[in-house]
Amino acid sequence: MKREVPLFITFFVGTLLIASVFIPPAESWGENFSVYFDIIAVFAFFLGGGNLLRIHLQKVASKRPDWGYSIVTLVAFLVMLAAGLFKLGNPGGISGNLTTAQSWFQILFQNIMSPLGSTMYALLAFFVASASYRAFRAKNRDATILLVAAFIILLGRTPFGTMLTSWIPPQYDLLQVPNLAIWIMSGPNLAGQRAIMIGIGLGIVSMSLRILLGIERTYLGDDR
Amino acid sequence: MLFRVAIAFACLFIIAGVAGQPAGDTALAVQQTIAPVTSLIATNHEYDNGTGIDLIWVPSIDDRLAPSRVTGYEVWRSVVGGSGSRIAELPAGANKFTDEQCSRESTYVYSVVAISVAGNAVSISTAPIQPAREWINLHRLNLLAIAFLVSAAVIYFIQSARSGKKLFVRKIAGLDAVDDAIGRATEMGRPILFIPGIQDMDDVQTIAAITILGRVSRVVADYDTKIKMPVSRSLVMTAARETIKASYMAAGRPDAYNDDMVSYVTDEQFGYVAAVDGIMVREKPATCFYLGAFFAESLILAETGNSVGAIQIAGTAMPAQIPFFVAACDFALIGEELFAASAYLSNEPKQLGSLKGQDVGKAVALVVIVVGTMAATIGSAWDVTFMNQLWSALKVVFQTN
Amino acid sequence: MTEALVVTGTNLGVVISLALIAGGVIWLLVRSLKGKEVERRVIFGFVLIAVSAPILFPITFHEQISPVVKAVFDKIESLPAGSTVAISFDFDPAMAPEVQPMANAFTRHCFAKGHKVVFLSIWATGQSLLTSTLDTVVRREFPEKRERIDWVNLGYKAGNQGVLNVIVSDLRKMYPTDVNAVPLDSIPMLAEVKAFRDLSLILAVGGGFPGPKEWVLYVGDPGNVPIAAGAAAVTAPQLYPYYPRQLIGILGGIKSAAEYESAMVDKYPQFDSVDKPGLRMMGPQTLAHMVIMMFIIIGNIVFFRSKRMRSQL
Repeated sequence: MKREVPLFITFFVGTLLIASVFIPPAESWGENFSVYFDIIAVFAFFLGGGNLLRIHLQKVASKRPDWGYSIVTLVAFLVMLAAGLFKLGNPGGISGNLTTAQSWFQILFQNIMSPLGSTMYALLAFFVASASYRAFRAKNRDATILLVAAFIILLGRTPFGTMLTSWIPPQYDLLQVPNLAIWIMSGPNLAGQRAIMIGIGLGIVSMSLRILLGIERTYLGDDR
Repeated sequence: MLFRVAIAFACLFIIAGVAGQPAGDTALAVQQTIAPVTSLIATNHEYDNGTGIDLIWVPSIDDRLAPSRVTGYEVWRSVVGGSGSRIAELPAGANKFTDEQCSRESTYVYSVVAISVAGNAVSISTAPIQPAREWINLHRLNLLAIAFLVSAAVIYFIQSARSGKKLFVRKIAGLDAVDDAIGRATEMGRPILFIPGIQDMDDVQTIAAITILGRVSRVVADYDTKIKMPVSRSLVMTAARETIKASYMAAGRPDAYNDDMVSYVTDEQFGYVAAVDGIMVREKPATCFYLGAFFAESLILAETGNSVGAIQIAGTAMPAQIPFFVAACDFALIGEELFAASAYLSNEPKQLGSLKGQDVGKAVALVVIVVGTMAATIGSAWDVTFMNQLWSALKVVFQTN
Repeated sequence: MTEALVVTGTNLGVVISLALIAGGVIWLLVRSLKGKEVERRVIFGFVLIAVSAPILFPITFHEQISPVVKAVFDKIESLPAGSTVAISFDFDPAMAPEVQPMANAFTRHCFAKGHKVVFLSIWATGQSLLTSTLDTVVRREFPEKRERIDWVNLGYKAGNQGVLNVIVSDLRKMYPTDVNAVPLDSIPMLAEVKAFRDLSLILAVGGGFPGPKEWVLYVGDPGNVPIAAGAAAVTAPQLYPYYPRQLIGILGGIKSAAEYESAMVDKYPQFDSVDKPGLRMMGPQTLAHMVIMMFIIIGNIVFFRSKRMRSQL
């Protein structure tokens, strides 16, 4: 029974939502279900937030290795939660707009969260360099094609690409590096992307059918 | 003389005042300096829930002048037995409009007003019309047929696999390496890190990741290896816990399971990345799985994993992130392989049969792309009627909007 | 063409950093000829110099607008003044340095052309970034533009693609009020906008989920509304399958933002004095690309040298 009920719900709701695509009066069901999901997900946050608190409090209490980081996490979590929940420093009070410049939430967001997020994202510049160094090696024919394409795209995204090939006459302008880069993006890249997307689409259909028919039930914790 | 001038000014004011008002019935009162739209027809909007009415008209003759004397059009609607109101303002040149704010219980009359600097011109009103509801969207019949074809193929192959027919499924190196990767972690006494992407349970990639987790955690339970799974969504946390718990139960080791194997970090993308990177650097996992929906964090995670010397198996259906995983990980599941992984790892005939069904869909796509490309090329280059007709037919069948 | 390399700013710092990079690269080349791998920290060091030098000593290049970017510029230009355009801020602070310059340039362009703008976000983190554009661009550069008459801020709404699915056919069902709880029915500029399908153009700025792709799937296609995308460079290739029919144009990464800013200055010289982060950041991007290319070359030399050394053994 513990398995049959979720399987029945999956089958029933899945079939209903597929049918709603073809039945105009039922078209709004999909929207409604996505709203229901969001409501459940919001409540699930209490589970997540609670888990975060519990794990880090335990770590601090038992002074496990690196427990200092847990204090930083707990303080950041609680301060941000209080600033948002009680709209601290907000000129409009509890009923005012949370994103006004003077609210603590906005100040913390703009001055701590934004720079921290940008810093993490900026790591990509370093990692792209180290990954390119390792990956773009002419080990075989395919890797050589990848290497050449990467080179053209990299050069095409800089003004040097324009400078290096600006002497090419206009009738052969496709050979200019920036145009070659655009061609790679909108030609071979596009074809590859579409092929992958078709494969993904069919993969989703196949997997969805396995789930709807109850053949795939590992996600329910059942690997029979 | 003075009296005549005063009368002339009064007339001018009246005309100017009327012309400045929103066009309505009063617009007829002004001298029509432009021609109204003609042949205004209202029809029921097809295949909706009875909320739409389509309007089509021939634009004012003055709209065809260069430059056009018409500055735009207004669509007016009145409910039979009620008052009228303006429902849309359209640019010059417009010749159709769909009113999607109708009610099935009401009957409507429409008119279109051509607007110009000199004055407005109202069209003849449409006949009263009541929107109707349809129960089947025939515009999507092609989609239904394609979905039916692919689903039927999948179900057919599942059945034929059940009946014992041997099916060939190509080898997927990344999945064959799963056992070895877990074994390596066991030998080294280091944990396994499993990252299920950063999307919630409403994303099919996350569900795919959780199904693979089921297989992985079963081996983990058998080997008694440590697994760590920081997640960025609360619902994923609960689903993952259930899955791992069931695997440990199935392995006969419920005592070895504990809830802290899966922990929630944050919904915020780069906050999550920072936390996972920290775990990697501190705990130095021997094996990292990145399976699910990833965005810009893919390379940051994979490069950090590489720097701590972990064996890395990744898989995503996000086309933009696949190259990063291919470059930085030892094994990468590309697109559909992520969805095939659970079936492949289970090695159950009925699950493998579903993979075979996908191939029918691929074959159809392949044939249609080749035939369509040829038909479009030959049709346009040599103006071959049959090829043009074939191209149009394919577009009708495969175009969904 | 050579005008693309019109370099302005303090060049001394760049010359010094270029000399540093060149010296380092020669040293690494010599090492690579012996088949020695480069340690990742060394690579990181070079990237650090390449990125930080042009930030400390700014240089800017004049960018030539590419067709995919020009399509967006031309579309905004071609709309009749007074058209209603939406700009969606679907990104977080991390992505902001790359895509917010696009959102700011779109905002400037729309106001310069006299369009009315609907601002919104379907990312929780987007609302604060939207507020910063309102403060730094709208209120500062266009004080004459009045809220709820020339522009409106709808704010953030939770529900991801579910929000898009609804607003394409009924805006008020999802957004009964603007961000300050003013009912949409009392906002003059939205009197004719019952749904997002009534808009003349939607500029979807973002790169994650939900982002421009979801705008195409849930609003552009079903509502028949033109959509243009501003996306982070890593996600832009994913959008090309939708160009040019479902997406009228794509701005991908800082390069495209810089191109757009250049085009804006060419057409509207009054914006020459405003901050142009896209153009500003092209300096670091250009040098970083050159460094990455150098390391790819070095990597290949190391690979072939090692191969030869192995075969000689």
